[in-house]
Amino acid sequence: MKMFVCIKQVPDPNTAISKLDPATKRLVRSGVSLVLDPGDESTISAAIKLRDKVGNSELVALSMGPASAQEATRRALAMGVDRAILITDPALAGSDAFSTAQVLAAALKKEGADLIFCSTESTDGYTGMVPGGIAEFLGIPQLTFAREITIEGQKAIIKRVIPKGYQTIESTLPAVITIASGSYEAIYPTMKGIMGAKKKTLTQMSLADLGIAATQVGEAGAHERVLSIGKAEARAAGQIIKDDGNAAQQIAEFLQRYQLL
Amino acid sequence: MPHTIWVLVELEDGAPVRSSLEVLGKAAKLGRAEAIVLGSAAAEVAPILGQYGAEKVYVHADATYDNYLTLPAVETVSALLQQHQPSLILLPTTYDLRDIAARLNIRNNLGLITDATDLMLDADGIKATVPWGGETIVTATLTQRGPGIVLTRPKAFAVEQFEGRNAEIEHINPSFSSAARTIKILETVVVKSEGPALEDAAVVVSGGRGLGKAENFQYVEDLAAVLDGAPGATRAIVDAGWLPYSYQVGQTGKTVKPTLYVAAGISGAIQHLAGMKGSKYIVAINKDEHAPIFSIADLGVIGDAVTILPQLTNEIKRRKA
Ligand SMILES: Cc1cc2nc3c(=O)[nH]c(=O)nc-3n(C[C@H](O)[C@H](O)[C@H](O)COP(=O)(O)OP(=O)(O)OC[C@H]3O[C@@H](n4cnc5c(N)ncnc54)[C@H](O)[C@@H]3O)c2cc1C
Ligand SMILES: Nc1ncnc2c1ncn2[C@@H]1O[C@H](COP(=O)(O)O)[C@@H](O)[C@H]1O
Repeated sequence: MKMFVCIKQVPDPNTAISKLDPATKRLVRSGVSLVLDPGDESTISAAIKLRDKVGNSELVALSMGPASAQEATRRALAMGVDRAILITDPALAGSDAFSTAQVLAAALKKEGADLIFCSTESTDGYTGMVPGGIAEFLGIPQLTFAREITIEGQKAIIKRVIPKGYQTIESTLPAVITIASGSYEAIYPTMKGIMGAKKKTLTQMSLADLGIAATQVGEAGAHERVLSIGKAEARAAGQIIKDDGNAAQQIAEFLQRYQLL
Repeated sequence: MPHTIWVLVELEDGAPVRSSLEVLGKAAKLGRAEAIVLGSAAAEVAPILGQYGAEKVYVHADATYDNYLTLPAVETVSALLQQHQPSLILLPTTYDLRDIAARLNIRNNLGLITDATDLMLDADGIKATVPWGGETIVTATLTQRGPGIVLTRPKAFAVEQFEGRNAEIEHINPSFSSAARTIKILETVVVKSEGPALEDAAVVVSGGRGLGKAENFQYVEDLAAVLDGAPGATRAIVDAGWLPYSYQVGQTGKTVKPTLYVAAGISGAIQHLAGMKGSKYIVAINKDEHAPIFSIADLGVIGDAVTILPQLTNEIKRRKA
């Protein structure tokens, strides 16, 4: 089976405060450390486990981003993905979910995919719109919020997280599957994996390779525009106390004062 | 001409879900609200939608929507878009509507804004307010004319009553392609919990990694119980397997807006705050005086959550007695 996992490089959520450039109104990517999206790490882990379980399958990491995103694909390779594709083109800067899905779908069509894994949402954009968009461009179903996946022949059966519990849903393949965060234990790259990654193939593709016009994507093709950027209203901090043994009483008094008991 | 705004109303156990009614009320304030209601219970639900703001309701009472995810609704709304041109499709961010929105956007070449907390609609088009990270707020619009989609944050709007409003009801009868029936629901399992549902509770007591170990989550549950509230959790302890995902509060979990939110052993990461910042009163207990949670707490207690939680539970029991 041919499996793909869509991954993205994002500003490190543990150190960066995500900032927008007031002039370009784009995410500030310079001066912040960039990492493979932590959500995608758990998606990659799920995909690797599934590839090994199904057997006789190839798992390819697919990413669209600037040249620096190579780092993210390298990490995916070190984790155990078989090869990687990076779609990079200056015209892609400022792409929205629509064009991102269009570009990724074009690459997936060219490659031919039976199973496509995505995270439910990315850490920097968190639109959650790319996976369903890919599925729509390819005309295949999307199975979302998966916390357990079973592949039986040409069928996928997943346990889908819902607010009240879960659903078991089934579809034919090919399909896009999104992984609910925290459902799969992360695989960490080993030294052997990191060394091995250097020998794996990383292919670059441009828009021309995919037959997509530059005017359709990036800022030129965006369906949305930021009009202005402002400061969020900060919630004022209140009273801070140190527990000297009486904290429970003090909290209870606070609750009583505001009629919360 | 007022703007026409469509709201796809989600049903659960034969009734409209609250988030759909919230958005319907907002749509009615922005212009002419029209609801679309799909599923075997659609005909029964349609007449009550007027009182929540709908001037018109498109109804397709068909069980296909109950048994197959996403694609039947995408086909029906797309067919309606062939006949009518609303200014906007307004949807709350829920699991199912999100999946539907992603495809509607592409299929009809619409344009889509996610995570809006407010919006305006005038002759120039849509202006949506979107929080970005913890500190920034963005105003976004759509670049093309014609309908677009705005997905809003849960609980961004209150449910409104429109006394005496009767919606015009139009029964539609679209047909489905075979592709509509590809994502089949085999089974829906409700995981029962005691007390009020996390999303609706007036009091939420949440615990984080600072509790030290899974067993200590009991202290969170005990406090929630004496306050008639619901227990919640950070992703850190959900990922650690202490609790099921249904407890998770935050960007990728549930959004809660209780009167009182107690955060115990929670650092206050932006992704957690995204799900609880709208709470009326926030009480935080954390050992670290520099924990970011203190910057939004009405009462911040520097101390050990494992010691304070059971004391607080007892203290409240005492005062209530
Ligand atoms: C894409 C993405 C989405 C995310 N979505 C969510 C989400 O929906 N919800 C969510 O919660 N997180 C989410 N996160 C994770 C988030 O970034 C944080 O990692 C997480 O919220 C931290 O949980 P925590 O506060 O329990 O743990 P920590 O950050 O480890 O904090 C533990 C706190 O406990 C304190 N502490 C330690 N011992 C004690 C004690 N005895 N008494 C009192 N305090 C003590 C410490 O000082 C510390 O502040 C997301 C992350 C990403 C990347
Ligand atoms: N530029 C990209 N390259 C590869 N995959 C992406 C890209 N953008 C989004 N995705 C995939 O879609 C998921 C959801 O992203 P988003 O819709 O942006 O929240 C991500 O976690 C990835 O799996």
